[in-house]
Amino acid sequence: MLQVSNLSVARGGKLLLHDVSFSVQPGQALVLRGANGVGKTSLLRCIAGLQTPTSGIILAPETVAYAAHADGLKGQLSVLENLKFWADIYGGPRPDVALNSYSLGNLAYQPAANLSAGQQRRLGLARMLVTGCRLWVLDEPTVSLDVQNVALFRKVLKAHLQGGGAAVLATHIDFELLAESLDLTNYIASVDMIFFHV
Amino acid sequence: MISVLAVRSGGGFGLALVFFLIVVVLIPLGLGPDQSTLALVAPGLLWLGALLACLLSLDRIFGLDYEDGSLDLLATSPLPLEAVYIAKAAAHWLTTGLPLALAAPLLGVLLNLSFDAGKAMCFSLLLGTPALSLIGAFGATLTLGVKRGGLLLSLLVLPLYVPTLIFGARAVRSASLGQAFDVPLIIVLAISLGTVAILPFASGAALRINLR
Repeated sequence: MLQVSNLSVARGGKLLLHDVSFSVQPGQALVLRGANGVGKTSLLRCIAGLQTPTSGIILAPETVAYAAHADGLKGQLSVLENLKFWADIYGGPRPDVALNSYSLGNLAYQPAANLSAGQQRRLGLARMLVTGCRLWVLDEPTVSLDVQNVALFRKVLKAHLQGGGAAVLATHIDFELLAESLDLTNYIASVDMIFFHV
Repeated sequence: MISVLAVRSGGGFGLALVFFLIVVVLIPLGLGPDQSTLALVAPGLLWLGALLACLLSLDRIFGLDYEDGSLDLLATSPLPLEAVYIAKAAAHWLTTGLPLALAAPLLGVLLNLSFDAGKAMCFSLLLGTPALSLIGAFGATLTLGVKRGGLLLSLLVLPLYVPTLIFGARAVRSASLGQAFDVPLIIVLAISLGTVAILPFASGAALRINLR
């Protein structure tokens, strides 16, 4: 689903990553690890098509669902309207499933501006479900989430992978489920890449 | 939905209209009560007021989306950035240009604008303000990410507004003199159509460069 070959990534003229190669198959998640500033976000932005790599090839689906540090929510719109907005753009599924998956049903008509940081993050992650994209690119998806909601995210991610989707994540925390099943399969530059198979 | 956002976010729809109203009310105070003088300068001043009112909310067209991260998400969506630009410019026009065009003939009464000239003012603004929104949104893509880029945006955009201003005001002046005003109106329409044809591609490229 995603094939990255001999990729070099720079930020602000400084080369961060060199000769990175990996592939992600359907049903597989790839977790990028590394210290701050190592180039995880830059690599994810390259995969999402927001940044041009210095060299190398990325073969990815035409559209990927990208979740950045900022959730990209519109505070003036309700939770449901935010999800409908993105569902319309992607032509994805109705937002009901996404709302229920992240326990946002009781907040559906609340303006997004009134949500807590954790609730906003859940809404940002729920957005991934309405895109209908098979490849998710997630940058620190569990920031602001408590343990209960990290578990919720893990459950949704697992369902996505079991449904034939794939994901690339940059995160500093261990997901219990992933940590039990992860195999360190490659190490490139200062970025560890850990694969998880469903 | 983008238009709904534009209205709910405030600062565009109401602000432009109120600014326009204040300008029109202040002009007679500055120029004096002479009706013939007001009627003489009304076409140009009304167009200038509308143009400046359009400028007010330009930096918000993409600025808010850039700050909250939704522009990144839009850039990774199936929607081409050119379409995002057109949607944004259309929302700006619906919340700024269209209300100004509808209000201008009414406010023109304050400047002793005749009924025919008021009609021409409405038509010229209806045909010309899309160009103002499209050019303004293009300028907003160029200054994306520039801190306090509002001034730079004005400097970039104002010279590009000149042809629309000249022919828009010309149409109203011709109407107020009882002359035919179809030619300047057609030129204003041509400018708007020209911007629709060219600027989406330039703006899409500018957005792509600035998001990197």
